[in-house]
Amino acid sequence: MVAQAEVSRREFLKEGAKTASALIIGFHLPIGGRAEESAASPSLRVFKPNAWLRITTDNRITVLVEKPELGQGSRTYTPMIIAEELEADWSSIRVEQAPTVPAVYKGLRTGGSSGVRNTFTSMRSAGAQAREMLLMAAAQQWKARKRDCRAENGTVVHGPTNRRLSYGELVEAASQLPPIDLDEITLKNPKDFRFIGKPIPRTDAPSKVDGTAAFGIDVRVPGMLFAVIARCPYFGGRLASFDASAAKIVPGVRAVFPVPPLPRHINTAGGVAVVADSTWAAIQARKALALKWDKGLGGNESTDALRKLIVQRAGGPPTFIAVDRGDADEVLAGSAKKFEASYESPFQAHATMEPMNTTVHVRDYEIEVWSPTQFADEVQTEIAALSGLPTEKVTVHMTLSGGSFGRRYQWDYAAEAWQVAKEMQQPVQLLWTREDDLQHDFYRPYNYQRLSAGFDDQGKLVAWSTRVVTTPISGFNLYTGFAESPETLTDPATVAALEWYGADIAPYSIPNFRLDYGPADSVVPRSWWRSVSSSYTPFAKECFIDELAHASGRDPLQIRMDLLPSTLPEAARLRTVLELAAKNADWGKPLPKGRGRGIACRVGGSYSAQVAEVSVDDAGAVQVHRVVSAVDCGIAVNPDGVRAMTEGAINFALTAVLTGEITIKDGAVEQSNFHDYQVLRINQAPEIEVHIVPSTEDPSGVGELGAMLLPPAVANAVFAATGVRVRRLPIDPRLLKRSKS
Amino acid sequence: MNLINLVVNGKPYPVDIGPDTPLLWVLRDALGLTGTKFGCGMGLCGACTVHLDGEAVRSCQTPVGSVGNKRVTTIEGLSTDRSHPVQRAWIAEQVPQCGYCQSGQIMQAAALLAKNPRPSREQIDREMAGNICRCATYQRIRRAIQRASGEIV
Repeated sequence: MVAQAEVSRREFLKEGAKTASALIIGFHLPIGGRAEESAASPSLRVFKPNAWLRITTDNRITVLVEKPELGQGSRTYTPMIIAEELEADWSSIRVEQAPTVPAVYKGLRTGGSSGVRNTFTSMRSAGAQAREMLLMAAAQQWKARKRDCRAENGTVVHGPTNRRLSYGELVEAASQLPPIDLDEITLKNPKDFRFIGKPIPRTDAPSKVDGTAAFGIDVRVPGMLFAVIARCPYFGGRLASFDASAAKIVPGVRAVFPVPPLPRHINTAGGVAVVADSTWAAIQARKALALKWDKGLGGNESTDALRKLIVQRAGGPPTFIAVDRGDADEVLAGSAKKFEASYESPFQAHATMEPMNTTVHVRDYEIEVWSPTQFADEVQTEIAALSGLPTEKVTVHMTLSGGSFGRRYQWDYAAEAWQVAKEMQQPVQLLWTREDDLQHDFYRPYNYQRLSAGFDDQGKLVAWSTRVVTTPISGFNLYTGFAESPETLTDPATVAALEWYGADIAPYSIPNFRLDYGPADSVVPRSWWRSVSSSYTPFAKECFIDELAHASGRDPLQIRMDLLPSTLPEAARLRTVLELAAKNADWGKPLPKGRGRGIACRVGGSYSAQVAEVSVDDAGAVQVHRVVSAVDCGIAVNPDGVRAMTEGAINFALTAVLTGEITIKDGAVEQSNFHDYQVLRINQAPEIEVHIVPSTEDPSGVGELGAMLLPPAVANAVFAATGVRVRRLPIDPRLLKRSKS
Repeated sequence: MNLINLVVNGKPYPVDIGPDTPLLWVLRDALGLTGTKFGCGMGLCGACTVHLDGEAVRSCQTPVGSVGNKRVTTIEGLSTDRSHPVQRAWIAEQVPQCGYCQSGQIMQAAALLAKNPRPSREQIDREMAGNICRCATYQRIRRAIQRASGEIV
């Protein structure tokens, strides 16, 4: 994903405190806080030890959360991490979204399961800094030694005399203090954690059961108008002509005008905007438009043609070799027993429940934006660049997002909203309908993997080679720009991260291994989709291992254990999750006919193993009954959050296994709504168990983890149930249909 | 003038609007009741679920002119203080992730329990299958309905 500059904890706090004072508090202070009146309640004084905390004299603590809340729990884990070091009273905590001031807040984005990972140390430090200042303030007030004082549940206690002062009572004194040397701040010993590691309820849950949670689509500002765009359905195509006469007479319509496609690296389709007094009027008027499109260069692309190209690519020379250990080709050629298989998965849509939308108000020399984004500072940067204004003249309010799964890392919809709003004198909310959302997504790449493996005459697995072919993300997203031809993809690190990460067989110990890559060109926009390449590489790798287990008469769990070297620490962590999942899933216990279990595992960042239990009916329909997941994600900051993310990720991937598929005809997406892009419903949802390995390692991320292993676990279970090997997703029930004989 | 007299969450709302306008957009754009969500516009996802005289309906498929004298209840009117057993169960089971679909899920679940206070798992799955949750909080939805079921009876 996008590289984030690593800022040391010390620099981070220093800079945060400094610029926070200048930009947020409005005073320039070198470091530390100052009491001033609270904006919310002018009678209250407020202590701002740094950019993330405000403590008021009524003992309320406001935590400013940088990370977007997309459903993953940033508005819960951030205050938990801060409260831990601050020794706060949890009931005193309030949460606010940090403003889009990237000079102060470096983390106004999330992706790659990085939220907890990237805030764990910095937010602990922010909490600890405030705690130390409060301790010092109390000690001075009591003329006591700081080391005789302790912070406890929102108060400072003087041990020898048991005197107490609440944090609210210390606001004035703490604000007068000179800077605290960050080197003197000691973070808590994990054994003393009171919040971290506890299943603290989500801070946003109450607002999400009574309708008050405000998403991007819920933004209401005085005088606002509502808009939709009729976009060119053909990727790379253009508006040829349009007639708006019928649209303009729809009651409530204010304006109809063309919007050009933005430059290729932004990748908006362009089309005709309809602005109206209400969303419904805009949608109705869009239907009344007469539109003619030029199909453009992509007009011949179809899924069938693309598939032929991809299969051809899998047989041709690679663009480059990614991993080459030993001599896989030669050993394969000379192996006693050789196996080959190809695995394939299609384009997938994100299909967030809240469709894309953004509200923009363009005024003279300033722009205000309300956007459900997972990358607020980039929205600010891009709209500033498009409009020619300096970034500080573009205010971006990052709202709650109704799901993201990687989609909201793109800023196309915000850029379009600006295009529409700049033509109007009023604020405009641009809404995408579900059809817009499914037909103008940045899709999970089409991918195809060809694998070969060989056993020696002793039955030892000695060689493995994998060819990965994708319609590369690296050549088609808003960050790397559009490469004219995927052949120009020359940065191995980028391609590794985006196209084949997860395909390396390590830590399985197979002496000869080769992994190479070849791209296939396509006009279809693509980008990150929950777990990126790990949404498909474990499908091939972990199914192929399963094939090799059955081919050599070995148990699928045992073959994995046997391939893990005894000395490697990462192999040990993998063995632990494998054993934990297998034990809880009753691995090895007989099942009724027509039922089967499948197992899969992975390393890298977080470690996980999954066992799926499925049945297949006579018509070939697969029902996943149960998924047991074992997770080693370092310290589980909020174990219930880890469970929720894992449950969600497993079910997200299950859509792609059972029904999800985006197909292309004449350069356009064939699907349009939930009737033909079918996503998982409750009656298809398995019971999911998540077992968390206790750990003292730093957190490593879980937002995508569950999605990686579900495809191979289910495909392997289907084989166990039926003897039929699934090598293409979504599963085609016709393959599994049992004849009446 | 196309004056339509709606009663939403017990309050009268005279609305001057075309009778074909879906109730969803009347609630959201004209009345400012944004708790009811747009998800698909085709009655396929359930995000827009509200009650008409206690029955769960898809407001995106309900022309406002067809509402007549029926009382409309939205998520904002299910309770004034999140005290409805379904809302309490949703918090107790920590159902929401992004939360976008949950207004619709809760309205559907409340209507289900009003009709059938002790639904089986199969009945829950059948009645809730029209409501998509892309965060896929489904097993928590099941548990929350079972929990609320105990409180409603």
